[in-house]
Amino acid sequence: MKVAIDRARCAGHGRCYFTAPELFEPDEIGDGYVIGDGVVAPSLEAKARLAVANCPERAIDISFDVPVDGIDATAGAS
Amino acid sequence: MGHHEPVADWARDFDHTDDAWAADPYAIWDELRGTCPVAHTGRYGGAWLPTRYDDIAAVAYDTDRFTSRSVVVSEFRPPDALAPAGIAPPISSDPPYHQDARRMLLPIFSPQAVEKLEPATRAYCEELIDAVRDRDVVDAAEEYAQHIPVRVIANMLGLPEADADVFRGFVNHVLEGVSLPMDQRAEGMMALFGYLQGHIEDHVARPRDDLISFLLDSELDGEKLNPFHVARTIALLLIAGIDTTWSAIGASLWHLAKTPHDRERLVAEPALMPLAIEEFLRAYAPVTMARLVREDMEWNGCPMKAEEWVLLPFPAANRDPAAFERPNDVIIDREVNRHAAFGLGIHRCAGSHLARMEMRVALESWLAAFPAFELADPAAVRWSEGQVRGPRTLPVTIIRG
Repeated sequence: MKVAIDRARCAGHGRCYFTAPELFEPDEIGDGYVIGDGVVAPSLEAKARLAVANCPERAIDISFDVPVDGIDATAGAS
Repeated sequence: MGHHEPVADWARDFDHTDDAWAADPYAIWDELRGTCPVAHTGRYGGAWLPTRYDDIAAVAYDTDRFTSRSVVVSEFRPPDALAPAGIAPPISSDPPYHQDARRMLLPIFSPQAVEKLEPATRAYCEELIDAVRDRDVVDAAEEYAQHIPVRVIANMLGLPEADADVFRGFVNHVLEGVSLPMDQRAEGMMALFGYLQGHIEDHVARPRDDLISFLLDSELDGEKLNPFHVARTIALLLIAGIDTTWSAIGASLWHLAKTPHDRERLVAEPALMPLAIEEFLRAYAPVTMARLVREDMEWNGCPMKAEEWVLLPFPAANRDPAAFERPNDVIIDREVNRHAAFGLGIHRCAGSHLARMEMRVALESWLAAFPAFELADPAAVRWSEGQVRGPRTLPVTIIRG
């Protein structure tokens, strides 16, 4: 699982970095940013989904790199 | 305030200053959402009222067809001549001007900056509690909640705390005096700007480490902000920073006073506080915003005329069953809570992180001192009228163990 924030939609509510501070952090104006490369450890997947479900701007996307028959297919979901 | 005819038909002649709205707006919104999801009134020169989450969001995001030139519905529409900043930048500014005028303020209200204000906020709360600690009945709105944001914002701005009553008078006039005749309304605004002008001149002569001096030293498009822009932004911070947070703290205490199970749970499980605060913000969101229709158009089948108002009742959005499960139940550990208490889109409340900190500290301090309390007289609770909703009189009885 991987998370990303749509910069055009983020309005700085801060729900992501309060819900999942392991995955998101604020910049100097309070907008949310993904920490590191956005890859979510399995133990944090539930928190990542909660962050998505609480973002008022629907600005967080979750994607999965799923190997299908040896070929990587990418599925997006938000 | 009784300057208007009572409402008989909420779909075609609504009035957000009506006593029935102040008493229980949720019933009105629930009824409209099912029967007439975008209501209209001829009052205030024409106004529309969407009550569904999706419609409210759509207006908030549509900054092309709805302007923020004014966000407080009354007979008074601020002159176009104040554009692009508007009467209280950046809340009254539209894109593209809005972005930089807002960007300038955000670092002051970032979570990191707000954290530094927490010890002083806690000290105010404890001082207020000390003054009433031995009493049996305390007005949690008048003697507690209302003072917290006034002191926080006065200290941030660099205005004397002793002028608290003066600020509250101005704010009350702007937010609750919306049914007053236009000349009285204009007089109230002039009094506010007259007051601020004196303090701004004093800061120009003697700069110091506060928000007024910061604004006077700030630049927009390579030029220092003029003192009139600074005055209008300060007016915004006073108006947006006081009644709103006072309302949110008061409504939370009202809920806890009448819901012993939630109060006991929050005392026993203080780690629930962040979720509980988001739920209080959802269920009792204080702020209804507004826009003006830019040009005649049909919107969702509604024939909207230029210069008509559109109310954005974020508290109604937060009670929409299409967006929230069990919307009228307050569930203090609700985990999925995409509420719109601080608005949506580019005008997201710039002070939201400050407001959350003030709410948390105010509730923690209160519960530490008074873990058990109840409404002294439910009938004595009085709610504000207009676009900011919260209890203004909230007598509670302290229960001693």
